[in-house]
Amino acid sequence: MYVAVKGGEAAINNAHRLLADRRRGDRSLPSVTIEQIVEQLGLAVDRVMAEASLYDRALAALAIRQSRGDMIEAIFLLRAYRTTLPRFGSSVPVDTAAMKVERRVSATYKDLPGGQLLGATFDYTHRLLDPSLLTDEPVDEPERRDTPAEHIMRVSDILAHEGLIEADGEFSEDHQAGDLTREPMEFPMSRDLRLQALARGDEGFLLALGYSTQRGYGRNHPFVGEVRIGEVEVEIEVAELGFAVSLGRIRITECQMVNQFKGSSKAPPQFTRGYGLVFGQSERKAMSMSLVDRALRAEELGEDITAPAQDEEFVISHSDNVQATGFVEHLKLPHYVDFQAELALVRKMRSDIETARNSGSALQEAAE
Amino acid sequence: MDLAKQIEPNAEIAARRRAAGLLARATASELHAAWEKLPAKPEVKPVRGPETGLVMVRGRIGGGGAPFNLGEATVTRATVLLASGTAGHAQALGTAKGNVRLAAIFDALWQEDATRDFVEATLLGPIEARITAEDKQKAEETAATRVDFFTMVRGDD
Repeated sequence: MYVAVKGGEAAINNAHRLLADRRRGDRSLPSVTIEQIVEQLGLAVDRVMAEASLYDRALAALAIRQSRGDMIEAIFLLRAYRTTLPRFGSSVPVDTAAMKVERRVSATYKDLPGGQLLGATFDYTHRLLDPSLLTDEPVDEPERRDTPAEHIMRVSDILAHEGLIEADGEFSEDHQAGDLTREPMEFPMSRDLRLQALARGDEGFLLALGYSTQRGYGRNHPFVGEVRIGEVEVEIEVAELGFAVSLGRIRITECQMVNQFKGSSKAPPQFTRGYGLVFGQSERKAMSMSLVDRALRAEELGEDITAPAQDEEFVISHSDNVQATGFVEHLKLPHYVDFQAELALVRKMRSDIETARNSGSALQEAAE
Repeated sequence: MDLAKQIEPNAEIAARRRAAGLLARATASELHAAWEKLPAKPEVKPVRGPETGLVMVRGRIGGGGAPFNLGEATVTRATVLLASGTAGHAQALGTAKGNVRLAAIFDALWQEDATRDFVEATLLGPIEARITAEDKQKAEETAATRVDFFTMVRGDD
Protein backbone atom coordinates (compact mmCIF):
# COMPACT_ATOMS: atom_id res chain seq x y z
CA MET A 1 0.00 0.00 0.00
CA TYR A 2 1.31 3.47 -0.86
CA VAL A 3 -0.13 6.49 0.91
CA ALA A 4 0.78 9.89 -0.51
CA VAL A 5 1.20 12.49 2.17
CA LYS A 6 0.66 16.10 1.25
CA GLY A 7 1.17 19.25 3.24
CA GLY A 8 3.77 21.78 4.17
CA GLU A 9 2.91 24.21 1.37
CA ALA A 10 2.14 27.08 3.72
CA ALA A 11 5.18 26.25 5.84
CA ILE A 12 7.43 26.28 2.77
CA ASN A 13 6.03 29.59 1.53
CA ASN A 14 6.48 31.17 4.94
CA ALA A 15 9.99 29.72 5.27
CA HIS A 16 11.01 31.32 1.96
CA ARG A 17 9.45 34.59 3.03
CA LEU A 18 11.43 34.39 6.26
CA LEU A 19 14.57 33.60 4.27
CA ALA A 20 14.06 36.77 2.20
CA ASP A 21 13.69 38.75 5.42
CA ARG A 22 16.81 37.30 7.06
CA ARG A 23 18.74 37.80 3.83
CA ARG A 24 17.88 41.49 3.88
CA GLY A 25 18.70 41.75 7.57
CA ASP A 26 18.38 45.01 9.54
CA ARG A 27 16.38 47.40 7.32
CA SER A 28 18.01 50.43 8.91
CA LEU A 29 21.26 49.44 7.13
CA PRO A 30 21.69 50.06 3.40
CA SER A 31 21.33 47.00 1.18
CA VAL A 32 24.59 45.74 -0.35
CA THR A 33 24.69 46.31 -4.11
CA ILE A 34 25.90 43.97 -6.86
CA GLU A 35 28.57 46.53 -7.79
CA GLN A 36 29.80 46.60 -4.18
CA ILE A 37 30.09 42.82 -4.10
CA VAL A 38 31.96 42.79 -7.42
CA GLU A 39 34.33 45.54 -6.31
CA GLN A 40 34.86 44.76 -2.63
CA LEU A 41 34.31 41.00 -2.35
CA GLY A 42 35.99 40.24 -5.67
CA LEU A 43 37.71 37.05 -4.55
CA ALA A 44 34.41 35.58 -3.35
CA VAL A 45 33.00 36.42 -6.79
CA ASP A 46 36.01 34.71 -8.38
CA ARG A 47 35.52 31.55 -6.36
CA VAL A 48 31.86 31.32 -7.31
CA MET A 49 32.68 31.81 -11.01
CA ALA A 50 35.45 29.19 -10.90
CA GLU A 51 33.45 26.48 -9.17
CA ALA A 52 30.21 27.24 -11.01
CA SER A 53 32.32 27.00 -14.17
CA LEU A 54 30.69 30.17 -15.49
CA TYR A 55 32.53 33.44 -15.96
CA ASP A 56 30.21 36.37 -15.27
CA ARG A 57 31.12 38.71 -12.43
CA ALA A 58 27.71 40.38 -12.08
CA LEU A 59 25.75 37.11 -12.02
CA ALA A 60 28.21 35.57 -9.53
CA ALA A 61 27.74 38.62 -7.28
CA LEU A 62 23.97 38.27 -7.59
CA ALA A 63 24.29 34.61 -6.57
CA ILE A 64 26.38 35.56 -3.52
CA ARG A 65 23.82 38.14 -2.47
CA GLN A 66 20.92 35.76 -3.02
CA SER A 67 22.65 32.97 -1.06
CA ARG A 68 23.48 35.27 1.88
CA GLY A 69 27.18 34.60 1.27
CA ASP A 70 26.84 30.80 1.29
CA MET A 71 29.44 30.06 -1.38
CA ILE A 72 28.31 26.57 -2.34
CA GLU A 73 24.70 27.73 -2.55
CA ALA A 74 25.87 30.59 -4.80
CA ILE A 75 27.83 28.15 -6.96
CA PHE A 76 24.72 25.96 -7.19
CA LEU A 77 22.59 28.96 -8.29
CA LEU A 78 25.05 29.95 -11.00
CA ARG A 79 25.40 26.34 -12.22
CA ALA A 80 21.62 26.09 -12.45
CA TYR A 81 21.48 29.35 -14.41
CA ARG A 82 24.03 28.14 -16.98
CA THR A 83 21.80 25.21 -17.89
CA THR A 84 19.18 27.69 -19.16
CA LEU A 85 21.48 29.13 -21.83
CA PRO A 86 22.36 27.80 -25.28
CA ARG A 87 26.01 27.33 -26.13
CA PHE A 88 27.25 29.44 -29.06
CA GLY A 89 30.56 27.63 -29.41
CA SER A 90 34.05 27.18 -28.02
CA SER A 91 36.74 29.80 -27.76
CA VAL A 92 40.13 29.69 -29.38
CA PRO A 93 42.36 28.37 -26.54
CA VAL A 94 43.42 31.34 -24.39
CA ASP A 95 47.08 32.35 -24.67
CA THR A 96 48.47 32.72 -21.16
CA ALA A 97 51.88 33.78 -22.54
CA ALA A 98 50.16 36.95 -23.81
CA MET A 99 48.49 37.63 -20.44
CA LYS A 100 48.26 41.20 -19.13
CA VAL A 101 50.09 40.17 -15.97
CA GLU A 102 48.94 41.63 -12.63
CA ARG A 103 50.97 39.25 -10.49
CA ARG A 104 53.70 36.78 -11.30
CA VAL A 105 56.04 34.96 -8.98
CA SER A 106 58.43 32.08 -9.41
CA ALA A 107 59.93 30.00 -6.62
CA THR A 108 62.50 28.40 -8.94
CA TYR A 109 64.25 31.44 -10.48
CA LYS A 110 65.10 34.63 -8.65
CA ASP A 111 66.03 36.71 -11.69
CA LEU A 112 63.82 35.81 -14.59
CA PRO A 113 62.66 37.84 -17.57
CA GLY A 114 59.81 40.04 -16.39
CA GLY A 115 60.87 39.74 -12.75
CA GLN A 116 59.01 38.80 -9.60
CA LEU A 117 55.83 40.89 -9.62
CA LEU A 118 54.01 40.66 -6.30
CA GLY A 119 50.84 42.45 -7.40
CA ALA A 120 47.95 42.74 -4.93
CA THR A 121 48.85 39.89 -2.57
CA PHE A 122 48.11 38.81 0.99
CA ASP A 123 51.64 37.35 1.12
CA TYR A 124 53.95 39.09 3.61
CA THR A 125 51.02 40.72 5.43
CA HIS A 126 51.10 40.03 9.17
CA ARG A 127 47.57 38.69 9.32
CA LEU A 128 46.69 41.20 12.01
CA LEU A 129 43.13 42.51 11.98
CA ASP A 130 43.14 46.08 10.72
CA PRO A 131 40.96 48.31 12.92
CA SER A 132 41.02 51.07 10.29
CA LEU A 133 38.69 48.89 8.22
CA LEU A 134 36.05 49.14 10.94
CA THR A 135 35.38 52.57 9.54
CA ASP A 136 35.57 53.88 6.01
CA GLU A 137 39.06 55.47 6.05
CA PRO A 138 40.42 56.88 2.78
CA VAL A 139 42.81 54.50 0.98
CA ASP A 140 46.03 55.63 -0.74
CA GLU A 141 46.35 55.32 -4.50
CA PRO A 142 48.82 52.58 -5.52
CA GLU A 143 52.43 53.45 -6.34
CA ARG A 144 53.38 53.44 -10.00
CA ARG A 145 56.62 52.70 -11.77
CA ASP A 146 57.66 52.69 -15.42
CA THR A 147 57.22 49.29 -16.99
CA PRO A 148 60.22 47.60 -18.57
CA ALA A 149 59.57 46.51 -22.15
CA GLU A 150 60.61 42.98 -21.19
CA HIS A 151 58.32 40.09 -22.17
CA ILE A 152 57.13 38.20 -19.10
CA MET A 153 58.42 34.84 -20.25
CA ARG A 154 56.84 31.59 -19.09
CA VAL A 155 59.07 29.68 -16.67
CA SER A 156 58.29 26.43 -18.46
CA ASP A 157 59.82 27.93 -21.64
CA ILE A 158 63.01 28.83 -19.75
CA LEU A 159 63.40 25.28 -18.43
CA ALA A 160 62.48 23.77 -21.78
CA HIS A 161 65.66 25.19 -23.34
CA GLU A 162 67.75 22.81 -21.26
CA GLY A 163 65.64 19.79 -22.16
CA LEU A 164 65.37 18.77 -18.52
CA ILE A 165 61.63 19.26 -18.31
CA GLU A 166 58.81 17.52 -20.10
CA ALA A 167 56.89 19.44 -22.76
CA ASP A 168 53.40 20.89 -22.33
CA GLY A 169 50.90 18.03 -22.40
CA GLU A 170 50.07 16.92 -25.93
CA PHE A 171 47.67 14.41 -27.40
CA SER A 172 47.65 12.80 -30.84
CA GLU A 173 46.43 15.01 -33.71
CA ASP A 174 42.93 13.51 -33.80
CA HIS A 175 42.23 13.92 -30.07
CA GLN A 176 39.17 16.08 -29.40
CA ALA A 177 39.07 17.87 -26.05
CA GLY A 178 36.41 16.09 -23.98
CA ASP A 179 33.61 17.98 -22.28
CA LEU A 180 32.22 16.88 -18.91
CA THR A 181 29.10 18.95 -19.41
CA ARG A 182 28.21 16.96 -22.53
CA GLU A 183 29.40 13.41 -21.93
CA PRO A 184 28.96 11.09 -18.95
CA MET A 185 31.99 10.64 -16.73
CA GLU A 186 34.05 7.55 -17.56
CA PHE A 187 37.24 6.17 -16.10
CA PRO A 188 40.09 6.07 -16.92
CA MET A 189 39.82 9.69 -17.94
CA SER A 190 42.14 11.67 -20.22
CA ARG A 191 44.11 14.57 -18.74
CA ASP A 192 42.08 17.24 -20.56
CA LEU A 193 38.86 16.01 -18.93
CA ARG A 194 40.53 15.77 -15.53
CA LEU A 195 41.70 19.38 -15.85
CA GLN A 196 38.14 20.49 -16.68
CA ALA A 197 36.87 18.69 -13.58
CA LEU A 198 39.64 20.11 -11.38
CA ALA A 199 39.12 23.65 -12.70
CA ARG A 200 35.52 23.53 -11.41
CA GLY A 201 36.39 21.36 -8.38
CA ASP A 202 35.91 22.45 -4.79
CA GLU A 203 38.80 24.59 -3.58
CA GLY A 204 38.77 23.06 -0.09
CA PHE A 205 38.78 19.50 -1.42
CA LEU A 206 41.65 20.17 -3.83
CA LEU A 207 43.56 22.08 -1.16
CA ALA A 208 43.31 19.13 1.23
CA LEU A 209 44.37 16.64 -1.46
CA GLY A 210 47.28 18.84 -2.56
CA TYR A 211 48.33 19.15 1.07
CA SER A 212 48.14 15.38 1.49
CA THR A 213 50.66 14.92 -1.35
CA GLN A 214 53.05 17.28 0.43
CA ARG A 215 52.68 15.33 3.66
CA GLY A 216 53.71 12.12 1.98
CA TYR A 217 50.53 10.59 0.56
CA GLY A 218 51.76 10.40 -3.02
CA ARG A 219 54.70 12.75 -2.60
CA ASN A 220 55.90 14.38 -5.83
CA HIS A 221 58.47 17.02 -4.78
CA PRO A 222 56.84 20.17 -6.14
CA PHE A 223 58.24 23.64 -6.83
CA VAL A 224 56.14 26.54 -7.99
CA GLY A 225 57.75 27.18 -11.35
CA GLU A 226 55.39 30.06 -11.77
CA VAL A 227 52.08 31.52 -10.68
CA ARG A 228 50.65 34.26 -12.87
CA ILE A 229 47.41 36.19 -12.58
CA GLY A 230 46.02 38.57 -15.14
CA GLU A 231 43.70 39.11 -18.06
CA VAL A 232 43.65 37.18 -21.31
CA GLU A 233 41.66 37.75 -24.48
CA VAL A 234 38.82 35.35 -25.24
CA GLU A 235 38.48 34.91 -28.98
CA ILE A 236 35.91 32.98 -30.94
CA GLU A 237 35.62 32.06 -34.59
CA VAL A 238 32.56 33.83 -35.96
CA ALA A 239 30.93 31.91 -38.79
CA GLU A 240 29.37 35.06 -40.27
CA LEU A 241 32.79 36.70 -40.51
CA GLY A 242 34.99 33.70 -41.22
CA PHE A 243 37.67 34.65 -38.68
CA ALA A 244 38.23 34.90 -34.94
CA VAL A 245 37.28 38.05 -33.04
CA SER A 246 37.80 39.04 -29.42
CA LEU A 247 34.84 38.89 -27.03
CA GLY A 248 36.70 40.78 -24.34
CA ARG A 249 39.01 39.73 -21.54
CA ILE A 250 38.72 37.46 -18.53
CA ARG A 251 40.97 37.29 -15.48
CA ILE A 252 42.54 33.91 -14.80
CA THR A 253 45.18 32.37 -12.55
CA GLU A 254 47.74 29.94 -13.93
CA CYS A 255 50.11 27.74 -11.95
CA GLN A 256 53.01 25.82 -13.44
CA MET A 257 54.15 23.32 -10.84
CA VAL A 258 57.52 21.72 -11.53
CA ASN A 259 58.13 18.33 -9.94
CA GLN A 260 61.33 16.44 -9.42
CA PHE A 261 61.05 12.97 -10.94
CA LYS A 262 63.61 10.24 -10.51
CA GLY A 263 62.45 8.37 -13.56
CA SER A 264 60.59 5.10 -14.00
CA SER A 265 60.29 2.32 -16.51
CA LYS A 266 58.17 4.69 -18.62
CA ALA A 267 60.13 7.97 -18.42
CA PRO A 268 63.75 9.09 -17.81
CA PRO A 269 64.77 11.30 -14.84
CA GLN A 270 63.55 14.84 -15.51
CA PHE A 271 61.28 17.51 -14.17
CA THR A 272 57.63 16.69 -14.70
CA ARG A 273 54.79 19.14 -14.45
CA GLY A 274 51.40 19.72 -12.94
CA TYR A 275 49.14 22.40 -14.36
CA GLY A 276 46.54 24.63 -12.78
CA LEU A 277 44.25 27.11 -14.54
CA VAL A 278 41.34 28.78 -12.77
CA PHE A 279 38.84 31.56 -13.51
CA GLY A 280 39.51 34.72 -11.54
CA GLN A 281 42.22 35.37 -8.99
CA SER A 282 42.78 32.24 -6.92
CA GLU A 283 46.33 31.05 -6.58
CA ARG A 284 45.48 28.70 -3.70
CA LYS A 285 43.10 26.86 -6.02
CA ALA A 286 45.45 26.98 -9.02
CA MET A 287 48.34 25.63 -6.92
CA SER A 288 46.19 22.88 -5.39
CA MET A 289 44.91 21.98 -8.84
CA SER A 290 48.43 21.64 -10.24
CA LEU A 291 49.50 19.43 -7.31
CA VAL A 292 46.50 17.18 -7.86
CA ASP A 293 46.93 17.19 -11.65
CA ARG A 294 50.48 15.96 -11.18
CA ALA A 295 49.47 13.34 -8.61
CA LEU A 296 46.80 12.01 -11.00
CA ARG A 297 49.45 11.45 -13.67
CA ALA A 298 50.96 8.62 -11.59
CA GLU A 299 49.77 5.92 -13.97
CA GLU A 300 50.97 7.78 -17.08
CA LEU A 301 54.44 8.24 -15.52
CA GLY A 302 54.67 4.68 -14.19
CA GLU A 303 54.50 5.58 -10.49
CA ASP A 304 52.95 3.37 -7.81
CA ILE A 305 49.40 4.41 -6.96
CA THR A 306 49.36 4.38 -3.17
CA ALA A 307 47.57 7.55 -2.07
CA PRO A 308 44.07 9.07 -2.37
CA ALA A 309 45.33 12.04 -4.45
CA GLN A 310 46.59 9.60 -7.11
CA ASP A 311 43.26 7.79 -7.38
CA GLU A 312 41.57 9.31 -10.40
CA GLU A 313 38.11 7.90 -9.81
CA PHE A 314 38.14 8.88 -6.13
CA VAL A 315 39.37 12.43 -6.79
CA ILE A 316 37.29 13.32 -9.83
CA SER A 317 34.08 11.69 -8.54
CA HIS A 318 34.22 13.74 -5.34
CA SER A 319 35.64 17.06 -6.49
CA ASP A 320 32.37 18.67 -7.56
CA ASN A 321 30.81 20.46 -4.59
CA VAL A 322 27.40 20.88 -6.21
CA GLN A 323 27.09 17.11 -6.63
CA ALA A 324 28.54 16.53 -3.18
CA THR A 325 26.25 18.95 -1.41
CA GLY A 326 23.24 17.59 -3.28
CA PHE A 327 23.86 14.07 -2.09
CA VAL A 328 24.86 14.95 1.46
CA GLU A 329 22.07 17.48 1.96
CA HIS A 330 19.35 15.30 0.48
CA LEU A 331 19.60 13.25 3.68
CA LYS A 332 17.63 15.93 5.52
CA LEU A 333 14.65 15.64 3.18
CA PRO A 334 11.72 13.44 4.26
CA HIS A 335 12.71 9.78 4.41
CA TYR A 336 9.68 8.87 6.54
CA VAL A 337 8.70 5.77 4.58
CA ASP A 338 12.29 4.49 4.22
CA PHE A 339 12.77 4.97 7.93
CA GLN A 340 9.45 3.30 8.83
CA ALA A 341 10.48 0.30 6.74
CA GLU A 342 13.85 0.11 8.50
CA LEU A 343 12.16 0.55 11.87
CA ALA A 344 9.79 -2.35 11.14
CA LEU A 345 12.77 -4.44 10.02
CA VAL A 346 14.77 -3.76 13.19
CA ARG A 347 11.68 -4.51 15.34
CA LYS A 348 11.21 -7.81 13.52
CA MET A 349 14.89 -8.74 13.92
CA ARG A 350 14.64 -7.94 17.63
CA SER A 351 11.48 -10.03 18.08
CA ASP A 352 13.03 -12.92 16.11
CA ILE A 353 16.00 -12.90 18.49
CA GLU A 354 13.64 -12.72 21.50
CA THR A 355 11.60 -15.64 20.14
CA ALA A 356 14.73 -17.67 19.46
CA ARG A 357 16.07 -16.93 22.96
CA ASN A 358 12.72 -17.83 24.61
CA SER A 359 12.35 -21.06 22.69
CA GLY A 360 16.04 -21.78 23.45
CA SER A 361 15.49 -21.33 27.20
CA ALA A 362 12.25 -23.36 26.96
CA LEU A 363 14.26 -26.18 25.37
CA GLN A 364 16.90 -25.88 28.08
CA GLU A 365 14.23 -26.06 30.80
CA ALA A 366 12.71 -29.11 29.14
CA ALA A 367 16.15 -30.77 29.02
CA GLU A 368 16.64 -30.14 32.73
CA MET B 1 47.04 24.83 -39.28
CA ASP B 2 47.50 27.32 -36.44
CA LEU B 3 50.07 29.19 -38.50
CA ALA B 4 47.59 29.76 -41.30
CA LYS B 5 45.18 31.24 -38.76
CA GLN B 6 47.77 33.67 -37.48
CA ILE B 7 48.59 35.14 -40.85
CA GLU B 8 45.98 37.72 -41.73
CA PRO B 9 44.79 37.15 -45.30
CA ASN B 10 44.48 40.89 -45.78
CA ALA B 11 44.45 44.21 -44.03
CA GLU B 12 40.66 44.52 -44.18
CA ILE B 13 40.22 41.43 -42.00
CA ALA B 14 42.76 42.79 -39.51
CA ALA B 15 40.86 46.09 -39.44
CA ARG B 16 37.52 44.34 -38.92
CA ARG B 17 39.01 42.19 -36.14
CA ARG B 18 40.29 45.32 -34.43
CA ALA B 19 36.90 47.05 -34.75
CA ALA B 20 35.01 44.00 -33.44
CA GLY B 21 37.45 43.63 -30.52
CA LEU B 22 37.05 47.29 -29.56
CA LEU B 23 33.25 47.18 -29.90
CA ALA B 24 33.23 44.16 -27.57
CA ARG B 25 34.94 46.32 -24.94
CA ALA B 26 32.66 49.37 -25.36
CA THR B 27 30.84 50.62 -22.27
CA ALA B 28 27.17 51.58 -22.31
CA SER B 29 28.04 55.27 -21.93
CA GLU B 30 30.55 55.16 -24.81
CA LEU B 31 27.99 53.53 -27.11
CA HIS B 32 25.15 55.86 -26.14
CA ALA B 33 27.34 58.97 -26.46
CA ALA B 34 28.36 57.94 -29.98
CA TRP B 35 24.74 57.17 -30.89
CA GLU B 36 23.64 60.62 -29.68
CA LYS B 37 26.33 62.25 -31.80
CA LEU B 38 25.34 60.33 -34.91
CA PRO B 39 23.99 63.02 -37.31
CA ALA B 40 21.54 60.72 -39.17
CA LYS B 41 20.21 57.73 -37.25
CA PRO B 42 20.07 54.72 -39.55
CA GLU B 43 17.01 52.56 -39.98
CA VAL B 44 17.83 49.24 -38.31
CA LYS B 45 16.21 45.83 -38.71
CA PRO B 46 17.09 43.09 -36.23
CA VAL B 47 18.28 39.88 -37.91
CA ARG B 48 19.26 37.87 -34.86
CA GLY B 49 19.19 38.66 -31.19
CA PRO B 50 20.41 40.35 -29.16
CA GLU B 51 20.63 36.98 -27.44
CA THR B 52 22.68 35.69 -24.54
CA GLY B 53 24.36 32.31 -24.50
CA LEU B 54 27.57 30.60 -23.49
CA VAL B 55 31.00 30.18 -24.93
CA MET B 56 33.17 27.35 -23.64
CA VAL B 57 36.50 28.96 -22.79
CA ARG B 58 39.39 26.65 -23.59
CA GLY B 59 42.88 26.60 -22.15
CA ARG B 60 45.93 24.57 -23.08
CA ILE B 61 47.52 21.87 -20.93
CA GLY B 62 50.76 23.25 -19.51
CA GLY B 63 49.96 26.62 -21.12
CA GLY B 64 50.87 25.58 -24.67
CA GLY B 65 49.80 21.95 -25.05
CA ALA B 66 46.57 20.28 -26.10
CA PRO B 67 43.35 22.27 -25.59
CA PHE B 68 41.02 21.51 -22.69
CA ASN B 69 37.70 22.99 -21.60
CA LEU B 70 38.25 25.43 -18.73
CA GLY B 71 34.67 26.59 -18.19
CA GLU B 72 31.99 28.69 -19.81
CA ALA B 73 31.44 32.43 -20.03
CA THR B 74 28.27 34.37 -20.77
CA VAL B 75 28.28 35.99 -24.20
CA THR B 76 25.72 38.21 -25.90
CA ARG B 77 25.55 38.59 -29.68
CA ALA B 78 23.43 40.49 -32.16
CA THR B 79 23.12 40.85 -35.91
CA VAL B 80 21.33 43.81 -37.48
CA LEU B 81 20.60 44.97 -41.02
CA LEU B 82 20.70 48.64 -42.01
CA ALA B 83 18.26 49.99 -44.59
CA SER B 84 21.27 50.38 -46.89
CA GLY B 85 21.66 46.59 -46.85
CA THR B 86 24.80 46.42 -44.70
CA ALA B 87 24.75 43.74 -42.00
CA GLY B 88 26.34 44.50 -38.67
CA HIS B 89 27.46 41.88 -36.19
CA ALA B 90 28.63 42.17 -32.60
CA GLN B 91 29.40 39.91 -29.66
CA ALA B 92 30.75 40.58 -26.21
CA LEU B 93 31.28 38.84 -22.90
CA GLY B 94 28.43 39.41 -20.44
CA THR B 95 24.70 39.86 -20.72
CA ALA B 96 24.34 43.50 -21.80
CA LYS B 97 21.91 43.10 -24.71
CA GLY B 98 21.39 46.82 -25.30
CA ASN B 99 25.12 47.43 -25.62
CA VAL B 100 25.62 44.59 -28.06
CA ARG B 101 22.72 45.69 -30.25
CA LEU B 102 24.23 49.18 -30.48
CA ALA B 103 27.67 47.66 -31.14
CA ALA B 104 26.21 45.67 -34.05
CA ILE B 105 24.77 48.89 -35.53
CA PHE B 106 28.16 50.58 -35.23
CA ASP B 107 29.81 47.53 -36.79
CA ALA B 108 27.56 48.05 -39.82
CA LEU B 109 28.20 51.80 -39.88
CA TRP B 110 31.95 51.12 -39.67
CA GLN B 111 31.71 49.01 -42.81
CA GLU B 112 30.13 51.83 -44.79
CA ASP B 113 32.54 54.34 -46.33
CA ALA B 114 30.35 57.31 -45.43
CA THR B 115 30.32 56.58 -41.70
CA ARG B 116 33.57 54.71 -41.04
CA ASP B 117 35.50 57.85 -40.11
CA PHE B 118 32.73 58.92 -37.75
CA VAL B 119 32.76 55.54 -35.97
CA GLU B 120 36.54 55.61 -35.75
CA ALA B 121 36.67 59.15 -34.38
CA THR B 122 33.73 59.10 -31.96
CA LEU B 123 33.75 55.50 -30.77
CA LEU B 124 36.68 53.21 -31.64
CA GLY B 125 39.36 55.85 -31.06
CA PRO B 126 38.15 56.78 -27.57
CA ILE B 127 37.68 53.09 -26.60
CA GLU B 128 41.20 52.28 -27.77
CA ALA B 129 42.61 55.25 -25.87
CA ARG B 130 40.75 54.24 -22.70
CA ILE B 131 41.96 50.62 -22.89
CA THR B 132 45.53 51.73 -23.55
CA ALA B 133 45.41 54.10 -20.57
CA GLU B 134 43.86 51.47 -18.29
CA ASP B 135 46.43 48.86 -19.33
CA LYS B 136 49.27 51.33 -18.82
CA GLN B 137 48.05 52.26 -15.35
CA LYS B 138 47.65 48.62 -14.30
CA ALA B 139 51.05 47.68 -15.72
CA GLU B 140 52.69 50.56 -13.85
CA GLU B 141 50.95 49.65 -10.61
CA THR B 142 52.13 46.06 -11.03
CA ALA B 143 55.65 47.21 -11.92
CA ALA B 144 55.84 49.08 -8.61
CA THR B 145 55.46 45.71 -6.85
CA ARG B 146 58.45 44.20 -8.70
CA VAL B 147 61.07 42.84 -6.34
CA ASP B 148 64.52 44.43 -6.72
CA PHE B 149 66.93 41.92 -5.22
CA PHE B 150 70.20 43.16 -3.81
CA THR B 151 73.10 41.29 -2.27
CA MET B 152 74.46 42.08 1.16
CA VAL B 153 78.25 41.87 1.23
CA ARG B 154 79.52 40.87 4.65
CA GLY B 155 83.08 41.33 5.92
CA ASP B 156 86.21 42.19 3.91
CA ASP B 157 87.20 40.35 0.80
